[in-house]
This record gives sequence, C-alpha cells and structure tokens, in this order.
Amino acid sequence: MFINQVSVFIENRSGRLSSITKVLGDNGIDIRALSLADTTNFGILRLIVNDPKKAEKVLKDNGFTVSTTKVIAVQVEDTPGGLYKTLDCLQGANIGVEYAYAFITRKKDGAFVILRVENNEIAVEHLKDCGVNILSEDEVYSI
Amino acid sequence: MFFQKDIETMDREALRALQQERFIRTVQTVYQNVPLYHERFNSLGINPSDIRSLDDLKSLPFLTKDDFRNNYPYGLFARPMKEIKRIHGSSGTTGKPTIVGYTQNDLNNWSDMVARFISAVGVTDEDIAQISFGYGLFTGALGLHQGLEKIGCTVIPMSSGNTEKQLMMMEDMGVTVLVATPSYALYLSEVCREKGLTGKLKLRVGLFGAEGCTAEMRAKIEENLGVLATDNYGMSELIGPGVAGECEYRNGLHIAEDHFICEIIDPETGEVLPEGSTGELVVTSLTKEALPIIRYRTRDMTRITTEKCECGRTHARMAKVIGRSDDMLIIKGVNVFPSQIESVLMGIDSIGPHYHLIVTRKNFMDHLEVEVELTDASLLESYGELENLQNHITDRLRTVLGLTAQVTLVGPKSLERFTGKAKRVTDLRNT
Repeated sequence: MFINQVSVFIENRSGRLSSITKVLGDNGIDIRALSLADTTNFGILRLIVNDPKKAEKVLKDNGFTVSTTKVIAVQVEDTPGGLYKTLDCLQGANIGVEYAYAFITRKKDGAFVILRVENNEIAVEHLKDCGVNILSEDEVYSI
Repeated sequence: MFFQKDIETMDREALRALQQERFIRTVQTVYQNVPLYHERFNSLGINPSDIRSLDDLKSLPFLTKDDFRNNYPYGLFARPMKEIKRIHGSSGTTGKPTIVGYTQNDLNNWSDMVARFISAVGVTDEDIAQISFGYGLFTGALGLHQGLEKIGCTVIPMSSGNTEKQLMMMEDMGVTVLVATPSYALYLSEVCREKGLTGKLKLRVGLFGAEGCTAEMRAKIEENLGVLATDNYGMSELIGPGVAGECEYRNGLHIAEDHFICEIIDPETGEVLPEGSTGELVVTSLTKEALPIIRYRTRDMTRITTEKCECGRTHARMAKVIGRSDDMLIIKGVNVFPSQIESVLMGIDSIGPHYHLIVTRKNFMDHLEVEVELTDASLLESYGELENLQNHITDRLRTVLGLTAQVTLVGPKSLERFTGKAKRVTDLRNT
C-alpha cells in the first residue's frame, strides 16, 4: 500500500542536483517522479524511483545524506476536480497533508499524486472507503 | 607512573631555588653569546649582573617570532655549529621556516621531558606506538619518537597520510599508542568507525598534540577509537613537544618547570597577570644550550595554576590552550576563538564534528558563516526540522559567542579533512 520515497539533502551549490541524477543514472535507476523545493541555503530532493533500496544505497555510498519514507500514491482522474475527491476525503477524516506532488505517465490513464500525510494507515483506510484508487509498490515502481 | 620522580615531585621551594640559579645563568649566557640579547639589554640599560632573582624576570624584554625571522637562520644560537647536533624548524606558512637547533644535552633533556609526559599517562615499555605526525623539520614526530624510545616503547614511524594504511598497521601490528594531531585522530577515528574497526583495535592511549583540541572533540575521538586521549604541549621555538603534558588525572598539563619558567601576560599591554588569569603564555628556558630563550611570546592563550595535583607532581599546570592570540578572530568587535565554536558544534547531535568558518565583510559589517555537515538523515522528513536544527545551532552560538552567525548545513564529507594541523578558518575580510 505504501511507496518508498527517497529523500536527499542538497546543499545550495551549483551541480549538486546534477551529481545526484548522475549517480542514479550510472546505477541504472529510473526516476518516476521528483519534487524539489528550495529554501535559502539548502533543499530536500524527494524521489520516487524504480528501485528505492538500491537508490538509497548508491547515494549513501557517494556521500549523500539520504533517508527513505513511506508515502501514499493515488491515481486521480485527469479532469478538473480530479484531485479534489481525494483531498476532500482526507479533509473529511481530518487528516492533514504535509506535502504532495503530482505526475502523469504515457503508459497509464489518469494522473498520479504522491501524498505525505500524518498517519498512513488511517489515511489509506479512509481513501479506500471513498473509493480512491491507491497504487501498490509494484504498480508505481514499474510505471 | 613517573619517569623522573625526584624532579617531578620536587618541593616547590627547592624548585624555585633551582629555577633561580638556572635563570641567572641563562641571562648571563645569552648576554655573552647572542648579539640580539646583548644589544637589546644594552639599549634598555639592563646589566645582567643586576638580574639576581626570579622577580627580575619581568623587567626583561620579550622575544617574538619576528626575532627568529630576523635572525634567520643561526642568529639566535648561543653555541658554535660544531656543538649543534640537530636542526628543526616550524613550517612557516609564509616564507622561511623558523629554525631551531639542539646540542646533545638539549636532545637528552628534550627526550626526558617527552618521556615524563608519556609515562604520566601510563605508557610503558610494553607499548607499541604508531607515530602519525609528519616527519621532517617538524619537532612533533622526532620529539615523540625519541621520548618513546627512551622509555623502551616499540616505535612505528608511520608519518602522516594514507589513512587506509595507517589503520591497517594499527590493526596488524597491535598498536596500543597513537601519536597524531587531534584533527587527524578525529579523521582516523571516523574512518575506523566506518570500517567497523572500533573495538577491534588494541589502541589504549592517544598522545595528541601540535594543535588545540576541545573537550568535546576529544570525547568524540575517544568514543570512536576507544582510547584515553591525552594532550601535551610544546612548540619548536621552545624545544618541541614536552614543555608540558597531562598526567592520568587530565586536569591540566604539568609544565617541566625545571627546564622552563612560564608566565601569563596580557597580550595587549604585556603586563604579567596574577596566577589563574587567562592570557598569553610567555616562556623562558632554563637549560637550553643551543638556543636559550628569554620571555618568548608563544601567542597561545591559557592560564596556569600551582595548586597541588592528585598525581603527586608539584610542577605547575597550564590549562588546555584555548586558542592563539593571533588566531583570535575579532568579529563585530567580539573576540572569537575557533575553539569556542568547536565546543558548541561538538555538543550538537545531527551534525558531524568537522566545520569551516568563513569571515567576510560587506558594507563595513563583519559576517561569520559556519559550515557544518548534516549527518542525521531522519531530519529530511521536513524542512521544519532542518530549519529547527539550523536555528538551534545559531542560538547556541549566539549564547556562547554573543554574536549571530549564519549557519550553513552542507552534505556529509564535503568539508576538507586534515592529516596534519587543521585549517578551519577562512578570513576574507582583508583580501
């Protein structure tokens, strides 16, 4: 039910993001989705990849600060209001979203949203009750 | 354990009498044999025959690093070259090194001083010591080498660098004593931990010197290497390591007072400060033949106590050097020693022990940036936690230093590691 998201600490220095993507590329790791926000002097890169365990290892071996977190991936209709259904469901259960990012793919219909919430288990139960399509690990890694 | 118990536990009255006799003789020797002292005493109207007691010491002029430079290479030597058995030098960061020389007696006395402090922390002829100081002109490596051999240790002269090989030798040879700079020991200890060697080595004592080391940094080295980390003090202008060293109680460094007189002065006014005050250490040699020194300004900031130590040694103790008066940064008018910043950083989890200070000036305002390595990956969960960490470090620094520094988190292992003396400050204000 939960997806492993890889988080990497990035110094605000030119070339850092490219060096991370090089390490991943050199090790045959495919990026499914990413999110990067910046503050004044550092950033956290969040990645969904085809092999999170390997990604964490190769990044650590190359001296990066890395951690893995469980997140939820949901499929939403790629139409106006598509995301609303999911968020309204969580809102109804009083579950806060810490951050979210979306991606689409050519292989599957619809759009996908990665959600980081306060309590994964409870969120998944409610989402299921609301009829939201939750993606399994295999589904996401093989997109 | 004592190497020269009768001297190390000498009654202080008798010690003072010995110092006085040697001091008076030293003053006469330098006046007769070293032109610099002769001219300087004459120009100040000082007649060596008027120097009759230790109280007269404070009337004599200081000797500085510039005097060594201006009299390069042999100008300060008091003996003919025929009697000089060894030359050492300190690595001058600019220009020529500071050259020092030794007679056979000087070398013997120096070895005794080193043997004293290594015995005082429990090193014996059963030990196998690895010297990871760089050999060469630097007094550290050969100074320790002689002292360790004198008490019968097995000595492995590794020199610095090639960390993998250092650890291999330590493991394979069953090394029990490590000699290194604290910054190199810290680096070695980290690699040791990464390789899972912590607990597998036979190391038990670390003899760390040649640069300062905060209590926090020392604790980290001890944790990673499983050693008792001990501090000793010296510099080539004085003789090398062995001027002072810790005993097993590690409550200050016992000064070899039969060979040196130490004073603490106000670095601004040159005035001698009362016992217990923190100021610049000034050293006068009592037995040196090749290169006697009168009131050498070390630039090292410390304090001295003559209170009795539990170990039974009567020789005065100096506190760990808190910094150099010329390493002291003045930022927005506030005196800042890098060691203060180090203490703060070492006390904070989630960051590594290495740091880099960058001082800049913009629009006539000083700006201090502190770079530290983030090591705790669990904080990547949210920006809030990383910002909290940054703010926490900033707050702690403000409390200790009284000024606001910009804290920058950088990736692990992105700051430079050092195999010799560390260079952790970049001051760009006057460039």
